[in-house]
Amino acid sequence: MDFNTFLIQLLNGVQYGLLLFLVSSGLTLVFGIMGIINVAHGSFYMIGAYLAWSLAGVTGSFWTALPLAIVMSVLIGLLLEWLVVRWLYNRDLLYQVLCTYGLILVFEEVRSVLWGDDVRSLPVPELLNRSIPLTDTLSYPVYRLGISVVCLAVALGLYFVIQKTRLGMTIRAGASNRDMVQSLGINIQLVYRVVFAAGITLAAFAGMIAAPVSAVAPGMGNHVLIICFVVVVIGGLGSVKGALIASLLIGLVDTFGKVLHLEVGGLKLLPELSSMTVYVLMAVILLWRPEGLFGKKL
Amino acid sequence: MNATRNDAYTGIAVLATVVLALALVPLLAEKFYVQFFAKILIMGIFAMSLDLLLGYTGLVSFGHAAFYGTAGYALALVTPQYQAASFWTSFPLAIAASGLMALLIGFFVVRMHGIYFIMVTLAFAQMLFFLFYDTKIGGGNDGIYIDVRPVAKIGDWQPFNLDNFAHVYYLVLVLFVAVYLLLRVVLASPFGRVLAGIKANEHRMKSLGYATFRYKLVCFVLAGATAGVAGYLAAVQFGVVNPEMMGWHLSGAVMMMVILGGMGTLRGPILGAAVWMLLELWFQDLTKHWHLLMGGFIVLTSLLLPNGLLGLIAGLRRRAGGRHD
Repeated sequence: MDFNTFLIQLLNGVQYGLLLFLVSSGLTLVFGIMGIINVAHGSFYMIGAYLAWSLAGVTGSFWTALPLAIVMSVLIGLLLEWLVVRWLYNRDLLYQVLCTYGLILVFEEVRSVLWGDDVRSLPVPELLNRSIPLTDTLSYPVYRLGISVVCLAVALGLYFVIQKTRLGMTIRAGASNRDMVQSLGINIQLVYRVVFAAGITLAAFAGMIAAPVSAVAPGMGNHVLIICFVVVVIGGLGSVKGALIASLLIGLVDTFGKVLHLEVGGLKLLPELSSMTVYVLMAVILLWRPEGLFGKKL
Repeated sequence: MNATRNDAYTGIAVLATVVLALALVPLLAEKFYVQFFAKILIMGIFAMSLDLLLGYTGLVSFGHAAFYGTAGYALALVTPQYQAASFWTSFPLAIAASGLMALLIGFFVVRMHGIYFIMVTLAFAQMLFFLFYDTKIGGGNDGIYIDVRPVAKIGDWQPFNLDNFAHVYYLVLVLFVAVYLLLRVVLASPFGRVLAGIKANEHRMKSLGYATFRYKLVCFVLAGATAGVAGYLAAVQFGVVNPEMMGWHLSGAVMMMVILGGMGTLRGPILGAAVWMLLELWFQDLTKHWHLLMGGFIVLTSLLLPNGLLGLIAGLRRRAGGRHD
């Protein structure tokens, strides 16, 4: 592997990792703050991608579709919290898992009814449809760089909102003691509703911006969800910083697992078993730190 | 004391009646229904094995299909092409494979708690899924067809023939009853009491001097091996194994069966499995988009019926009898 290929794969890995971060930060926020495990989180990644695809088709422009899709995701989030999730706050994890698992089936089927079961593709928006030449033969698409930049911006924004604003303060207080915040006169129910909507919108947004570079396909959320679980387990549940580091780690391990060749004693390990690399990484980290890299001690 | 003994007698009577009724099925029903009943019993075994973790030990496993699938693949892989494997070797081998897989995965996961346990069991099951899906070990995403079913010969004598659907049904029924009784015994034993203690308060069990890690690991292996019984039977009945057998949709469905019937009782998961399979059959008949109904049903059940159907029945009975216990 020469330096340029390495550089391209490095950029791909970082981009994939940052995209994972968008999805997993939503998952970890909703759990860390509300104590809700949302197994249907990956479905919103899919919903985001389909919304972007279908709205871009209707409006004719990716850039009009994007804000519309974001608004719709927020509305779906608010509605869902009101309709289903708020009944789960005081319930055992088991019922949260089961209930949100049921939601996955519902979302997949609604997707099938509305948009069919075909694999769709969304063209890369005109504005960013170019490449940066690295050498005479190799180049890197600007859109992928754009994804990384946007994800980093969202990460910074998230940090700012949670650490530096009044809303963030309320959210953090609500995470540590719900009843106390409530008795101080803050409508914690509303805060939770906003956090839930924000969490799933992060996943949906990741799906929207990923749509032009990946296939918009049924079940696309499931794989992302499970990788996000791995991210959250490695990073430590509820830790946004952990989610960021773990996402990058997974992004790089997964990407290089697919391009490196590794043989041990004639047994071909990579890239044949590349889909298992992230799980092996998880197993190793769990043995070393069962609570994840940045999790609270269990 | 007398009351519990009476309860025990009633339990045995009910069990005997149910088994007898089930034994009559192949005499009365057509092939389709016999196979459908067999499928319910197979799922019943699978659901009971998960209940051991979910209901009795408080370990919420979201990757239980991994062990179901392992046994199925074990049978497929030891079956030579166009020839039959021996039931007497392939069955124990498949169970052992599931148990070993549970030992391997359990070694990592039973040290986790709560939400981590859920996510890690799912992740490991998915890892196994991809191992079979992406590589050629088990025929990739198409899986493997078991062209010739295992033969149960002892010398020249063949006690049953697995090409006959009624014989398959009776084998399933016998193993179903065996698993039920075995789990009853295990749960009533001191080991079972320790599991109940771990569910109620693991810290206290630890301070009482129990090595809870080992107990949970043994429980996980037992549940995995039992799921293997179901997986083996499913592979025999359907004659095919594929990665879906390890997929998380099956893990989710079996979890649903346990909750639907009522967890922490072995009867609950059996009832749940039966109701679930019937619902599936009915919904599939109603519409192409039956997953929508299934999903809605899961959401409503998890919100409205936390103790499952058995809990509902007990509640109704209490209300009718005006008893307050």
